[in-house]
Amino acid sequence: MAQSNHDFIERKVGWLIVFTLLTVSVGGLVEIVPLFHMKSTTTPVEGLKPYDPVRLVGRDIYIREGCYNCHSQMIRPFRAETERYGHYSVAGEYVYDHPFQWGSKRTGPDLHRVGGRYSDQWHRIHLLNPRDVVPESNMPAFPWLDRPAKIDDIEAKMNALRKVGVPYTDEEIQGARKALEGKTELEAVIAYLQGLGTALNAGKPAAPAVAAAAPAPAEAAAAPAPAAPEKQ
Amino acid sequence: MADFVSGFWNAWVMVLVFLSIGFCVFVLISNTTKRTSGPVGLHDHVWDETLQEYNNPLPRWWMYMFWITIIFAITYLTLYPGFGNNQGKLGWSSAGQWEAEQKAAAEKYGPIFAKYRGMDLNAVAADKEANAMGHRMFLTYCAQCHGADAKGAKGFPNLTDNDWLYGGEPETIKTTILEGRQGMMPPFGPALGADGVKDVANYVRSLSGLANDSLRAQRGKEIFTQNCVACHGPEGKGTPAVGAPNLTDKTWLYGSSEATIIETVTHGRTNRMPAWKDFLGEDKVHLLAGYVLSLSKNAAAPAEEKK
Repeated sequence: MAQSNHDFIERKVGWLIVFTLLTVSVGGLVEIVPLFHMKSTTTPVEGLKPYDPVRLVGRDIYIREGCYNCHSQMIRPFRAETERYGHYSVAGEYVYDHPFQWGSKRTGPDLHRVGGRYSDQWHRIHLLNPRDVVPESNMPAFPWLDRPAKIDDIEAKMNALRKVGVPYTDEEIQGARKALEGKTELEAVIAYLQGLGTALNAGKPAAPAVAAAAPAPAEAAAAPAPAAPEKQ
Repeated sequence: MADFVSGFWNAWVMVLVFLSIGFCVFVLISNTTKRTSGPVGLHDHVWDETLQEYNNPLPRWWMYMFWITIIFAITYLTLYPGFGNNQGKLGWSSAGQWEAEQKAAAEKYGPIFAKYRGMDLNAVAADKEANAMGHRMFLTYCAQCHGADAKGAKGFPNLTDNDWLYGGEPETIKTTILEGRQGMMPPFGPALGADGVKDVANYVRSLSGLANDSLRAQRGKEIFTQNCVACHGPEGKGTPAVGAPNLTDKTWLYGSSEATIIETVTHGRTNRMPAWKDFLGEDKVHLLAGYVLSLSKNAAAPAEEKK
């Protein structure tokens, strides 16, 4: 037969589907699935704690208001980014994030290390009306945040997160409602923001867990640096 | 860089990569037909009664592109990490690339920072080049609170008015940037009661010559003496060491209206300037301090012409 072998795939739709699925899944099987089985992506960095109830509520408001549409939470290891935002992000910092808030677009600045960068008061003014502190800002105002936070589903939320691996204790879940009493949405969001990206510096020897576990000489050289990553 | 929890995943990646590249090679070879002299055969599939397709070989340039992608994949996996735990011949890592970038920047900009490092802050403040650098850093790190013009906002100090909460000595400004400041005025609402607060607010307004109810101010003076002098001083001139503002001048961080002062006294104020020592390092803070110092110095002098 003068026909090429591809004739076989082109004429049998069932085989075409099988081969298409096989081809498409290779990328995921090689590049995504193994990531779930790496120490650097599954071990929290030293000092990383699960979100306390207030921050957890704040995080959900962050998601509800779509902050991720304009703000990323992922500092890439480029000098241009670390100069402005701080030490680059490492995988172990996101272990308790379900889902993570990396985002994909920066209309506003990256927020992964915004924790401690501004005062609470600044955040309060800025969230209610950004132009009160940054006249040239094009961020929308969120004036409705100054209202009591919804807390009646906090136990369910924490239980759900526990099911996917966040180590909340029973006491923490039971005490959640109390911790949230009287909190406004504004306070919750600010608590969330003020905690962002602070774990990497809190875990003492300052080297990210990834770098410490790395065999490569380049990483070994990186280990002592992160205490003052911005040093020139 | 891969640090799999078990060797299985290393093997998994290697086997799958090997198989898929091998499969591509197989598909390419098995579908390569050579052009032969003579007429080209037809596919036996017929569309629309008479429409048939020549069984031409794949165009060569198109075939070669497939081979090039396969060669590229193998070369890439040899040089860079990707093939299981294999680190790659180049030993590349994103962290390593960042380190190299930092090192190159330190070599390029290090001498510039070194030039100013030992220089007196007053001299830095007078240096045009240093101020240009300080200005750029100010816009990146400081403008969000203090404003692009450094004139501040309610609750965020104006840096151009030569009035300083913690003192305006060059080294003090540098310390403020390096270590940050924690401003705290305790709430007096519960202790003084609404009336007491209003009295003391009127007295505070009288200190800087603002309109006030003299009767209340008189009563307020007593309250002030009992509660406020520890920080603001007996004459209300403030104590830079603890950041307590001078109440007798025209500068108000939160506002001078009676209502604002009542709010301040009732609820207190907490404010924080973040510390920049770890983030920016001494060298940059030195330039920033010089720039901030220059702001109030230049404010007094006539505005410099641009360029």
